[in-house]
Amino acid sequence: MKRIRRIIGVLADALREIFDESAYSRFLARSGLASSVAAYAAFLRENETAKARRPRCC
Amino acid sequence: MPNFLKILLWMAIAGLGALALATIALHRGEQINAMWLVVAALCTYAVGYRFYSKFIAAKVLALDANRATPAERLDDGRDFVPTNKWVVFGHHFAAIAGPGPLVGPVLAAQLGYLPGTLWILAGAVLGGCVQDFVILLFSIRRDGRSLTEMAREEIGRMGGFVAYLAVISIIVILLGACSLVVVNALKASPWGTFTIAMTIPIALLMGIYLRRLRPGRVLETSVLGFALVILAIWGGQLVSHSSVAARWFTLTAPTLALVIIAYGFAASALPVWLLLAPRDYLSTFVKLGTIGMLAIGILALRPTLHMPPLTRFIDGTGPVFAGSVFPFAFITIACGAVSGFHALISSGTTPKLIRREPQARMVGYGAMMAESMVAIMAMIAACVLQPGTYFAINSPAGIVGQAPEAAAATISNWGFPVTASGMQALAQAVGEQTLYNRTGGAPAFAVGMAHIFSSSLGGQAVMALWYHFAIMFEALFILTVLDAGTRVGRFMIQDALGHIWKPLGRTGWYPSILVTSGLMVAAWGYFLWQGVKDPLGGINSLWPLFGISNQLLATVALCVATTIIIKMGKAHCAAVTLVPLVWLVSVTFTASWQKMFHSNPHVGFLAHARQLAEAGGNARLIFNDRLDAAVTGVLVVMVALILIESAVEWVRVLTGKTEARVREAPFVPTRFAAERG
Repeated sequence: MKRIRRIIGVLADALREIFDESAYSRFLARSGLASSVAAYAAFLRENETAKARRPRCC
Repeated sequence: MPNFLKILLWMAIAGLGALALATIALHRGEQINAMWLVVAALCTYAVGYRFYSKFIAAKVLALDANRATPAERLDDGRDFVPTNKWVVFGHHFAAIAGPGPLVGPVLAAQLGYLPGTLWILAGAVLGGCVQDFVILLFSIRRDGRSLTEMAREEIGRMGGFVAYLAVISIIVILLGACSLVVVNALKASPWGTFTIAMTIPIALLMGIYLRRLRPGRVLETSVLGFALVILAIWGGQLVSHSSVAARWFTLTAPTLALVIIAYGFAASALPVWLLLAPRDYLSTFVKLGTIGMLAIGILALRPTLHMPPLTRFIDGTGPVFAGSVFPFAFITIACGAVSGFHALISSGTTPKLIRREPQARMVGYGAMMAESMVAIMAMIAACVLQPGTYFAINSPAGIVGQAPEAAAATISNWGFPVTASGMQALAQAVGEQTLYNRTGGAPAFAVGMAHIFSSSLGGQAVMALWYHFAIMFEALFILTVLDAGTRVGRFMIQDALGHIWKPLGRTGWYPSILVTSGLMVAAWGYFLWQGVKDPLGGINSLWPLFGISNQLLATVALCVATTIIIKMGKAHCAAVTLVPLVWLVSVTFTASWQKMFHSNPHVGFLAHARQLAEAGGNARLIFNDRLDAAVTGVLVVMVALILIESAVEWVRVLTGKTEARVREAPFVPTRFAAERG
């Protein structure tokens, strides 16, 4: 049971990383902000260039 | 587990793999079950990972569990973040998995399932996985340097310049070829066109929802977007049944091409958060889910392969693409076995996330094995179709004729029976007006996928819904590549133009955005237009061009890898990258030579141009053939230059004329040394 819970946890973490939710959490922790429209806008601004420069593979 | 049991287990896995491969290769005249392909693939990957990648990790790269990675040393909570290895694996796989491993194997199925399957397995285990793994590790040891930076530092200036040009060329050709796949899938299909059109407002809505209503809740937004997409697929059925709405969404190939070109321009110029990012999230969500569903569907159904192991078209006279098994099977499979594009991801985001050096093996080598498995599933999806159906869908009108009866007669004469009434019934079952001449691979893959899904769940009654789900999945996938590729290309052009005039390099300056977006869209849009106007369907010339450029980029990556291995003092182990490099050089250079100079007009661009000129053909078509030949020639010359520069560097290092100095970041002990795995 513990093992299954761990696998689900890792899967959820992978999805959070793939979908940039973890990056947003790290941004909030780094900048000491609470999640808000303004904080998310700042996160998007910070990551816009990096995201846009990331190629999607063929 | 005791050692002798381990040895017995691995002997059993190797034996089962050998049996499966022998069944695939030696069965003639009777159909085999798709599970043989799955078993052969899983056993090959298991043996390759356990033994070959371990050998490379230990003897060639000497992965050091005590050495800190850049994710640890440069941890900034933003770009460099030490991350759980399974999380990095998922992230890396999501980034490398694209439409290539779905389309390539479907096209290569015209030769039968055997050549493509063998190359997907051998190419991945000995070439593609190795390339991704070593480039990832070398980037980790260089603070996450990109492929072009490593090429410049380790090989020379020419290496860096050629890598830059190769990357931008492959992006342009990739976008032209992929957008043609979408056009061919959506032409005269009101259901499909409506569904895909709806993904644009859905993505915009997701962008606004994410920014204004639920900041940061990407997974929740993606689930919502997915629900809306399913609704759009259902709505597409209503549209196709409405005479008025169906007319609006029934578009010809040229109209669709213009719409996609306009879309590409807008997507490149709009803010990232509004369209690109939400579409990317939606596409990733659908991609991971659908690949998982397809794997479950194949395991549940265990379908029979109707395609023979080898068809008569191994002689190079095939209707889907012209050219013999060597070199064109290898060029056509492309990303499912070896992809140069992966080297960009392996030297991009991923090296900045790896927590411990030994994890590079699982992420780099392992994720490419998963991608290769996707290619095997695509091959199965194509080969579960009756061969006559497969060829009716994938053959251009220029070869089999426009009329259904004529096409069915031609294909039946090839030895693959098909009837016009049977094709009409299949088209009706999937909710299309016709399935003839749907070149590009996507519709054939969608029919195969719909067959697998509907046989496992829902039966014939929902075949049309599954077909349009598969079309939506592929088109969404490709349009995301289009968005991202156009923007990446735009940034690369801006970087270069910034050296000429500084304001042009400013990524936020609108005149520069418009000019560079226009340049990028014009470049791939030209190839798309050329494909749309090609009487042979376009994919016949564009997909080999894409395959050649992709494999040439892999050649560049393997040159960089071999140079570094030699400089590490491991010349005796250089064969791990040198052998795939020699193979890729022979494949790509032969294919390029044949595409340029082959005397058969179906294969050679210049012979085709001559044939058209002698027949007084269209001047534009003649120009396009010559342009394709010139592009191929330029790519080959560029890669030949980097090969020569690399070889000179190898000789200089091996003869002691140049100091064998690698440009690695200095060793720093890791604080994660005690961790396992």
